[in-house]
Amino acid sequence: MTDLDSLEAAALGEIQTAQDADALDAVRVRYLGKKGVLTERLKTLGTLPSDERPSAGQQINRIKSSLQQAIAEKKSGFEQSDLQHRLGREALDVTLPGRRQDLGSLHPVTHTRIRIREYFERFGFSVEEGPEVEDEFHNFEALNIPAHHPARAMHDTFYFGDGMLLRTHTSSVQIRYMQHNSPPLRIIAPGRVYRCDSDPTHSPMFHQVEGLLVDEHTSFAHLKSMLVKFLQTFFEDEALQVRFRPSYFPFTEPSAEIDVAIPGSEPGNLRWLEILGCGMVHPAVFEQVGIDAKRYRGYAFGMGVERLAMLRYQIDDLRLFFENDLRFLKQFA
Amino acid sequence: MQVSERWLREWVDPSTDTQHLAEVLTMAGLEVDSLSPAAPAFSNVVTAKITALDSHTEDGKYHVCQVDDGSGEPLTVVCAAGNVRAGMMTALARVGARLPGGTDIEAKTLHGVESTGMLCSFAELGLAEASEGIIELPEACDPGTDLHEYLKLDDTIIDIDLTPNRADCLSVQGLAREVSALLESPIDEVTSPTIEASTDTVFPVSIKAPEACARYVGRAITGVAGDTASPLWMQEKLRRSGLRAVNAVTDITNYVMLELGQPMHAFDLDKLDSGIVVRFARASESLHLLNGQEVALSADELVIADAESPLALAGIMGGERSCVGDQTHAVFLEAAWFHPRALAGIARRHGLHTDSSHRFERGVDPDLAHLAMQRATQLILEIAGGEAGPVVCEEDIARLPQTAEIELECSRAKDLLGIELSADEIEKLLVRLQCQVQRSGERLHVVPPGFRTDLAIEADLIEEIARLKGYEAIPLTYEESISLDTRGQVAHTRPFESMKQALVGSGYSEIISFSFVSQEMEALFNPEHQAKALENPISQELSVMRSSLWPGLVQAAMHNFNRQQERIRFFEHGLQFCQTPEGLLQRPVLAGLICGNCEPEQWGAAPREVDFYDLKGDVERLLEVARLPQDEFRVSPLEEPALHPGQAAKILHGDAMLARFGALHPHIQTVLEISQTVYLFELQLGEISQRLPEPVFRSLSKYPLIRRDLTLIVDEAVSAAEICSNIEQMQIPILQHVGIFSVYTGKGIKKGKKSISLGLILQEFSRTLTDKEVEQTITSIVSQLEHQVGAGMRS
Repeated sequence: MTDLDSLEAAALGEIQTAQDADALDAVRVRYLGKKGVLTERLKTLGTLPSDERPSAGQQINRIKSSLQQAIAEKKSGFEQSDLQHRLGREALDVTLPGRRQDLGSLHPVTHTRIRIREYFERFGFSVEEGPEVEDEFHNFEALNIPAHHPARAMHDTFYFGDGMLLRTHTSSVQIRYMQHNSPPLRIIAPGRVYRCDSDPTHSPMFHQVEGLLVDEHTSFAHLKSMLVKFLQTFFEDEALQVRFRPSYFPFTEPSAEIDVAIPGSEPGNLRWLEILGCGMVHPAVFEQVGIDAKRYRGYAFGMGVERLAMLRYQIDDLRLFFENDLRFLKQFA
Repeated sequence: MQVSERWLREWVDPSTDTQHLAEVLTMAGLEVDSLSPAAPAFSNVVTAKITALDSHTEDGKYHVCQVDDGSGEPLTVVCAAGNVRAGMMTALARVGARLPGGTDIEAKTLHGVESTGMLCSFAELGLAEASEGIIELPEACDPGTDLHEYLKLDDTIIDIDLTPNRADCLSVQGLAREVSALLESPIDEVTSPTIEASTDTVFPVSIKAPEACARYVGRAITGVAGDTASPLWMQEKLRRSGLRAVNAVTDITNYVMLELGQPMHAFDLDKLDSGIVVRFARASESLHLLNGQEVALSADELVIADAESPLALAGIMGGERSCVGDQTHAVFLEAAWFHPRALAGIARRHGLHTDSSHRFERGVDPDLAHLAMQRATQLILEIAGGEAGPVVCEEDIARLPQTAEIELECSRAKDLLGIELSADEIEKLLVRLQCQVQRSGERLHVVPPGFRTDLAIEADLIEEIARLKGYEAIPLTYEESISLDTRGQVAHTRPFESMKQALVGSGYSEIISFSFVSQEMEALFNPEHQAKALENPISQELSVMRSSLWPGLVQAAMHNFNRQQERIRFFEHGLQFCQTPEGLLQRPVLAGLICGNCEPEQWGAAPREVDFYDLKGDVERLLEVARLPQDEFRVSPLEEPALHPGQAAKILHGDAMLARFGALHPHIQTVLEISQTVYLFELQLGEISQRLPEPVFRSLSKYPLIRRDLTLIVDEAVSAAEICSNIEQMQIPILQHVGIFSVYTGKGIKKGKKSISLGLILQEFSRTLTDKEVEQTITSIVSQLEHQVGAGMRS
C-alpha cells in the first residue's frame, strides 16, 4: 500500500466520522483546501521523476474526486437530517380552527326572491320596482278596484289620511310600468307590501313578487305552463302536483289560485296549499293604461315570498322573519 | 257562507257524496274551507215525555220527573231545569248515554232519589252555546225516537269561502243553482204561493233617495203573535247556518235571507209613525241600533225612517225603537234593493258587519224582493198567525241594474284560454248557467240570468266557460318564442346584490325590519323630521314611516343583546321615507350596524373592539364594489343628531351625499340603555346607481416601481385629508399612490403634534426612474407639505 493509499483511507475515515457540517468542512479544508494535503501533493508533483509523474498525477486526481464525492454524500446526509429536524420542529396542530372573519348571511326572503327572479329572468322577465307609499289610483282604481268595491275590504289597507296608502300588493308596479311602456312587456315586481293585520299567521308587512306578461298571443294555457314549471323548478320537484282553481281578483279575468300538494300531517297524505294567485289581465286594466285590449292579451300573477320561503326552508313561524334573531339569520348563510 | 248539506240537498240532490261535492265546489271557485258535523258526537239520547212531576227532592231544588222514554218502563229522573212541566216532550240521555265531551250517564242517587238518566238542554248536547232549561220538543213527537234521527242531525255543515263577485251564492238557492249547473242535476226551486191580502192595512212607503234605493217592497201583517218561537226545524237550519233563533218573526226574515238571498227587516208596526221614508240621514241625527250601539249619522248614510226619526240604518241594521219582540202584534216587513255603492263602507265606518250589509254590498238580485216578501208572509202566517195586508212596492226601474246582452266571439274564448272549443259546446255550457244564448255562427249573444250580477263583459263569460269545463282541462302550452324586452333596468339591482354579497363576506347578516316604527324611536333618531304617520296603525310601536333604517337596526341589535349576542354585524336594504318641501321622498338605502369585537372570538387573534375606522373601511369597500371612483370622493365631518359629533362623517361626490356613518350618539345609547358602542352606516343607493362606470382597462407598466417612506411631524389638528390633497394638487405624474401606514402620538413626539408616515409609490410607464428624479420628487413633496401644513421631517 502506497502512502497515497493510506492518505485516502485516513481521509475517508475522517469524512465518515465527521460529526457535523463544520467538522466535515474542516476535513475538506485539511485535504482539499488551498493548503490541503492533496493540494500540496499536486504542487510537489514536479519534483518527481518524469516517468512517475503521470501515474502519480492520475492517482492524486482520483483520490481528490473520491474525497469530493464522499464529502458531498456526507453533506447531503447532514442536510437531509437538518431538514427532518426542521420539519419536525415546524409541525402544527392542524385541528386548531382557522383564523377567520366569520361569514354573514342573506335573509331567507332575499334568498327566495333571488330564486324566483332567476327563474323568470331565464324567460326574459325584467325586474321592476315601485314606491311603497302609493296612491289609490295605482293600488286600487287602475286595477279595477273602485272605491266601493268589496274587494277593498279584503285588503285591510293602511292609510295616511291624505289619499295615500301603503301598497297592499306590488300589482301597483304593473300599472306604473304599463303606463310608461308599450307591449310586448314582461316584468316581475318584487317588494314589500302591507296589510293592516297582525297575528301569528299574518304580518303587517310581507313580500310579494308580482309578474306581468303582455303580448299578442298569450293565453291561459301559457300562464299555466309558465307557473307550473316555475313551481316545479322552485321546489326542485318535477313531479310536484299543482292545481289551478277558479278564484277572483278584480284585475284578472279569468282568475285562478294555484295550490301545490304538500305532505300532510299523516305519512302518505297530501294536502293542498294555496301558493299563488293569477289570471288573464282584465280588459278594464288595459283600458286604464291605454293598451289596446283587442290586440294584446296578458297574464299576471302574484306570490307571497314568505310562504314560499317557509315551505322551502321548513320555517314554521312567520314572525321569525322579522324578529331578526341572529340564531335564525345565521342559518341562511 | 255556512250551509247545511241537508238543506242544500232539499233543493238539488246530486248522486255524489259530501267529499266529492266539496271538491266540485272548490274546483269551481267556491272554495270549501271546512266540512264539519252538524252536531258533536253523542249517543243514546232519545225523545221522551215527562208524564208526571212527582215532587221535589228534600232540599227543594230538584224536580223528580216520571218519564216515558218509549220503552214501556216508566223512569224516574231528577232534573233542576226551571222549564220542566208535566206533559212536556223533551230529550232524555238514557243510562249508558255518552254526551259530547265524554260524559257518561249512569244511574245515581241524588238527594235520596234514584235518577235513571238525564234530561238534556241544547247546550248539554253541543247544539247551542248556552240554553235556559231543557229541550222542549213538539208534543206530537213519539217518545223513544233517537234524537239524531228526530232532529236530522246526520248532516254536514259546509263552510265556503266565497269570493266577493259571487254574491249570488250567499243563499241556499244560489248554491243550489251553482251545484245544479256544475253537476247537471235538476234543481227544485221554491215556489211560494202568492199570499193575497186578507186585510186592507197599508203602511205607505216613500223613496226620497232613488239613487240609493231603487226598489222597496213592504207589507203590513196584523194580528201576529210576537211571542211565538219558531219551529225546531227552522231553528236548526238557522243554527247550522251560524245564526241564533230569536223569535218567530225575526227568525223568518233571517230564514228567507238564507234561503233566497234577500235580506229582510221586520218593524213593529205599532211603533211606527205615519209611513216609511227612505232617505239620507240628516246631520245631527242619531240612531240607537238593535245591538245597543248608538250611532251618529252622516248625510251620506241611507236610513229607513218614519215621520219621526230614523228607524234603521238601511241594509245594515235595524233600530231598537221599532224592533219586534214578544209584545209585537203587528209587523211591517221590508224587502228592498239598495245600491251596493250607497252602502259601501258605511257598515265598516260604524264597526259593523252584518249578514245584510255583507249581501247588499256585494249585490242582491233585484227580482228577489217580491218573491222573498211572499215567502216571508207565507211563513209568518203559518207560524205566528195574522192577517196580511196588500204588498206595497215603490220603485224606480230605470235605476235597477239591467242585465245587458253580452257579445261573445267564440274564437276569443279559444284564444284567451288556449283551448279547443266548439261554438256548440260554449253554448251548452252557458245554458247550464241559465244564460239565454242566441247564436249567429261563431258569435253568441248572451243574456246572463238576473242573479249573476257579476257577468258583464265577454271575459266574464270566458271565465265561466273555463270554470264549467274545469281549469284542469286547459293544457300546458309552452311559448314558441320569447320577445325579449331589453329595456328593463336589470342592471340597476346588480351592484346592490354585489354589495350585499360583499357584506355577507365580511360577516354581516341581512335583516328585514318593519318600515314603520314608533314615533318615539323616530323622534330620537331624527328629531327635526315630521315623520309620515299612519292613520290606522296596528299599534303605537308601528305608527310612523321610518326616515332611516337605523332605528330598526338598533332595535334588532337590542333584541340580540338580550339574547346574549354581543358581536353583531347587520345590514338592511329598503326604503327610507323623508318628508321634504318637495313632498315625500322614498329613497332606497343600504344601511348597516356593527358592534362588539372585530373578529369572532378565536385563539389566533387578540380581541379588539370595532371602532370608527372599521366602519369606514367597510363603507369604502362597498363603494369600491359599486365601482365608484374613490379619488373623486370627499370625506368630511358630519353633524347628525343620531351620531356622535366627533365620530361621524359623510362621503360626498360633487354635491351628492353617497354615505353617512359614525358612532351612535351616546345620548341615544343612554336612552335605549345600550352598554356597547354601536356604529352605523347608510348608503344612498339612488345616488350610487347613477354612477356606475364599467371598468376601463389601463395597460401595465413593465418598469420597476420605487417606494419611498416619509415620516412627517404635524400639528394634531392637521387631517390626513389635508396632507393627501396637498400632495394630489401637485399633480406628479410618476406618483402612483400615497398610503398612510402609521400615525403616532406619545413618547418622542412633542405635545400637540403627531407623526404621520406616508408610503409613496413612484413609477414611470415608459422607462426606469432615475435616483435623481426620485429624490427631486420627494424633496418637492416635503417642501410642499412644509409650506402648506407646517410639516417637519422626523429626524
